[in-house]
Amino acid sequence: MSNVLEVSGLNKSYERFSLSDVSFSLQEECITGFIGINGSGKTTTIRSILGLAMKNAGTVKFFGKDMDKHAYELKNRIGFVLDDGGFYDELTMKEMKSIIAPAYSSWNERDYKTYMERFTLSPRQKISTLSKGMRMKFALTLALSHEADLLIMDEPTSGLDPLMRSEFMNILTDYMKQGGKSVFFSTHITSDLDKIADMIILINNGKILFNEEKDTLIDTHRLVKGDNNNLNAQTRKLFLNIQETGFGFTGITNKLSEVQKNMKDILVERPTIEDIMLGYIEGGGK
Amino acid sequence: MKILISNISNIPLYQQIKDQLKDIILKGEMSDGDPLPSIRNFATDLKVSVLTIRRVYNELEQEGFITSQVGIGTFISAGNLELLRDSKRRIVEQKMQDLIVAAKTLKISKEELNEMMNILYEEDE
Repeated sequence: MSNVLEVSGLNKSYERFSLSDVSFSLQEECITGFIGINGSGKTTTIRSILGLAMKNAGTVKFFGKDMDKHAYELKNRIGFVLDDGGFYDELTMKEMKSIIAPAYSSWNERDYKTYMERFTLSPRQKISTLSKGMRMKFALTLALSHEADLLIMDEPTSGLDPLMRSEFMNILTDYMKQGGKSVFFSTHITSDLDKIADMIILINNGKILFNEEKDTLIDTHRLVKGDNNNLNAQTRKLFLNIQETGFGFTGITNKLSEVQKNMKDILVERPTIEDIMLGYIEGGGK
Repeated sequence: MKILISNISNIPLYQQIKDQLKDIILKGEMSDGDPLPSIRNFATDLKVSVLTIRRVYNELEQEGFITSQVGIGTFISAGNLELLRDSKRRIVEQKMQDLIVAAKTLKISKEELNEMMNILYEEDE
């Protein structure tokens, strides 16, 4: 499988925040979830790889080609949905479309109309009057209407209710079924990813903590619950993080067999992505 | 085709899926040339990663249970099935060997052993 995106040594500094040596790659035909808490660098990373923010150092290659040299050609193949949408509020959706469509050589008017109907959006409605969910649908319509092979989205599900989120997941699944497509999106609602993601990338403090297959990640980590008297200096080291209350402890481990050797009467469960994410962030990325 | 994934099991997801698919093929519930779902559809329905299904398909192909044709799909390959059934038979034969050794040391006759086997076999059904 080839990589649709390769990022290496990406650096970007702001006054109070910086991305340091961000490197990762996305596999073709995979949905990759980009997770991290607020302010961890998700949006900065996405804006930098799309060329919307100037990077200080690093290379970004889409489909094997350098983004700096082939920006126009590559952007045709990428559909993106950004946090704020970047729309002019005073325009109608039809007017906004007529500004965006000419920017793509592969614009497909039929796809555009199909999605507008599927999402029951009326072209004459002003963008300022759209609800959060409708704005996202409109942004997605534009992103999907130029035969893009890669969708990149920044927090597309934030502010959406569970029903809308589930509809969004169905749209992504349909998109992937066309074959040869890939999706990369950031989110802090990790339950979305439990169902749909193939790969998970975790970023914290501007650094990538891991880039792993979702199922492998869950197979290799366990949520352990047990009595506090199991905890000592040695057994504590087996956990990424530990929460203790008067009733016992809960912790995330990636060394289950050692835990089972050293602890008695414990409950072992499969973790969610959120459990693992918090384990790495609270544990300081051990 | 029935495949159930356990969320409390310690067996890795890909192993659970692979074992169940193998059983389906060995029991003859799917036969030579039957198509398997596309990797994406399979993954979506089981709510697992496409990478997991890809791994299952790759390993089953290496073991001769299925064949995949680029751009067309993945199919059951029962050509080797006789061979695979034979290997299963060998596993049972080995266990029987142990059984016979145990019976001989305990001075249980062949007839008695057959009788016991018949009763147990039918009880299980």
